[in-house]
Amino acid sequence: MLLDYLPVFLMVAVAIGLCLFILAMGSLLRPSNPYPEKNRPYECGVDHTGEAAGGLFQVQYFVVAILFVVFDVEAMFLFPWAVVLQEIGFIGYLEMFVFIFLLLVGFAYAWIKGALEWED
Amino acid sequence: MGGLENRFPDNVFFSTTDSIINWSRKSSLWPETFGIACCAIEMISAGCSRYDLDRFGVVFRPSPRQSDVMIIAGTVTKKFAPVVVRLYHQMPEPRWVVAMGTCAISGGVYNTYAVVQGSELIVPVDVHVPGCPPRPEALMHGLLVLQEKIMRTHVLRKDPEHAAAEV
Repeated sequence: MLLDYLPVFLMVAVAIGLCLFILAMGSLLRPSNPYPEKNRPYECGVDHTGEAAGGLFQVQYFVVAILFVVFDVEAMFLFPWAVVLQEIGFIGYLEMFVFIFLLLVGFAYAWIKGALEWED
Repeated sequence: MGGLENRFPDNVFFSTTDSIINWSRKSSLWPETFGIACCAIEMISAGCSRYDLDRFGVVFRPSPRQSDVMIIAGTVTKKFAPVVVRLYHQMPEPRWVVAMGTCAISGGVYNTYAVVQGSELIVPVDVHVPGCPPRPEALMHGLLVLQEKIMRTHVLRKDPEHAAAEV
């Protein structure tokens, strides 16, 4: 049974092997000469200005995205689940708790990060 | 990584490998889309369908991160020279420079306090393409000369000049 998938496994193996071979050859053959001027962020050749000039800037949006998944997407999935609860049985009932548990991890993370605090 | 350059003797295997590497390098010369003055108009013309530099593998790229040739197409003023130098440094190696037009070669008619008297003074130039401005055919010839130059470089094989400099 598993042998039927041999061509698939072979293809995956060849693809991974080819990628590794090409990357290894490239890293052996190419010149490697990094220095600060070359590694500077590309800004059309001029000096950087603005808050992103230091190379690091705060990404705030992902906390909003977590809260969106926790509160909005969860509710979106809960409604159809409640409608078909009778048909999907006990397993479906449990699966929703697994889903809610995963979301609770994100909820706890967002809470610890202080995303629920209201700031002026 | 790297570390395989200029380490191997001249023999059939390594000279063949070098010629394959050089062939792939010369067949994918990607210049920066970087026009400074009127020569840039001829450079654009050379890249467009009438002269069609693409058939030599010369494809203009919008970022120095993706390119390996800088065509200095125009008058380099002293105010602009630091930008040219930085754009040269931001290209990954191996990289080449084509000085296009009299201004880029020697400052041309602008023998003034404000103009760099030859881009050779700020970046290492591989090919000079004379003209004011050079016709697209001249730029094409310059790039073909650059391709010939690339075919002669030693990649894996020991470089006689390099070795002499070390001793």
